[in-house]
Amino acid sequence: MTTLNIDHVSRWFGNVVAVNDITMTIGPGVTGLLGPNGAGKSTLINMMGGFLAPSTGSVTLDGEQVWRNEAIYKHIGIVPEREAMYDFLTGREFVVANAELHGLGAKAAQKALATVEMEYAQDRKISTYSKGMRQRVKMASALVHDPSLLLLDEPFNGMDPRQRMQLMDLLRRMGDEGRTVLFSSHILEEVEQLAWHIEVVVAGRHAASGDFRKIRRLMTDRPHRYLVRSSDDRALAAALIADPSTSGIEVDLQEGALRIQAVDFGRFTALLPKVARDHGIRLLTVSPSDESLESVFSYLVAA
Amino acid sequence: MYDPTVARLTYRALLGRRRALILGALPLLLIAISVVVRGLAGADDQTASDLLGGLALATMVPIIGVIAGTGAIGPEIDDGSVVYLLSKPLKRPTIIFTKLIVAIAVTMVFSALPTLVAGFILNGNGQQIAVAYTVAALVSSIAYAALFLLLGTVSRHAVVFGLVYALVWEALFGSLVSGARTLSVQQWSLAVAHKVAGGDLVTSDVSLPTATVLLIVVTVLATWYAGQKLRSLTLAGEE
Repeated sequence: MTTLNIDHVSRWFGNVVAVNDITMTIGPGVTGLLGPNGAGKSTLINMMGGFLAPSTGSVTLDGEQVWRNEAIYKHIGIVPEREAMYDFLTGREFVVANAELHGLGAKAAQKALATVEMEYAQDRKISTYSKGMRQRVKMASALVHDPSLLLLDEPFNGMDPRQRMQLMDLLRRMGDEGRTVLFSSHILEEVEQLAWHIEVVVAGRHAASGDFRKIRRLMTDRPHRYLVRSSDDRALAAALIADPSTSGIEVDLQEGALRIQAVDFGRFTALLPKVARDHGIRLLTVSPSDESLESVFSYLVAA
Repeated sequence: MYDPTVARLTYRALLGRRRALILGALPLLLIAISVVVRGLAGADDQTASDLLGGLALATMVPIIGVIAGTGAIGPEIDDGSVVYLLSKPLKRPTIIFTKLIVAIAVTMVFSALPTLVAGFILNGNGQQIAVAYTVAALVSSIAYAALFLLLGTVSRHAVVFGLVYALVWEALFGSLVSGARTLSVQQWSLAVAHKVAGGDLVTSDVSLPTATVLLIVVTVLATWYAGQKLRSLTLAGEE
């Protein structure tokens, strides 16, 4: 049982606060670290991996400090986001080198290469690898010493759907085996498909934590804003406001459109076309005006 | 203290195609010039000493030292691949010490060896000049490798700083200001060369005991400090 404890950790770079007083506990199983780009996920993962000192607070693995503690890497496997990885080596040479640095031999390397199904290309130079192949070899290098904690920074970036599925299966298996697996992502669907548990970070702050269903609900239950143009805006507004799924409608004269705030997402999306048809109104534009991930996240922060 | 895997990775990175070309170019140039000079002027001790002192020891050795010393770690830190070394239960000083050994070996092979060859071409090792300058190149290889390895660990602009030190401080400033000559790896190694050659052809501004102490202190301190810096090396994320 390996538990990573992040205790009131902050990290600033000059005047910029990248991570702001975050406390979380990462236990066995797969945990997704979700947040928009620039939220501080990489900074947080770097601190978890011992490559960055927290400005305040502490990161410990089963009670042991992570920062400036080389011995801790016996238990940690790291898959960095950056691409660079001794491109002049073959995949096999790279993983063997990683095994040797752990005091292990070619046998451990071969096993790790088999786990990520990269044996077929192990004798090719890494410089000739595709993004997905690189990712898998990185994964093999992280698994070579059978670590109990696996940290992955944006592991699915740039992977095609098949590679993504393979890696997800692999991570799921790692979680099932009782390892503590933490991966970061800015894509909700990725996290949802894989993680048992989600930690959400927005603008350096810990925005939410828990089961993905709970967080998904928080995300879909928030008020949604739509910009709607129709053949008769006022009649449509009058008909919509009668239904409890709509909490506010503004007639934007300049835009020549309605700005609608819906509180019940599912009900509103079913209601709008029905009301329009019943009243003989033609819908010309229906566009969500705040669907960006950032707005979803900032709603979560406020919640 | 010495890790063969780290050494293997460092050798292969250092002797990769492009860098090996640069490392090989200067020694070839030195040998070519020596052949021409010998052909035109014949064997002359003073000419041999001037060429080995001015070109080999003052220019080639520090430049090779910069390439090998900073190249042993700088590019890995720059592109982030050093994370694969740092995420291992390896003592940081072990990584630095191993890389130092590799940088020293590469600097010696690409600077001391050609110096010896050039010396034999120039005057057939008359008055021990070839051997004396080779010893100086060997000794300075150690100090340069340590200094530039430290520079590669602490700065992203290590090559620029290294070249400025090697060319401006050692070559230019040193010839104008006498104080600067006392704090120069080149002068320290010349003190050792002077001991080997005897006579007045090879001279140094620094006495042998001072030079020896300074060489050792600089090498040990630079290596120790690089190890400390690597222990708290921060890998900033993409953000």
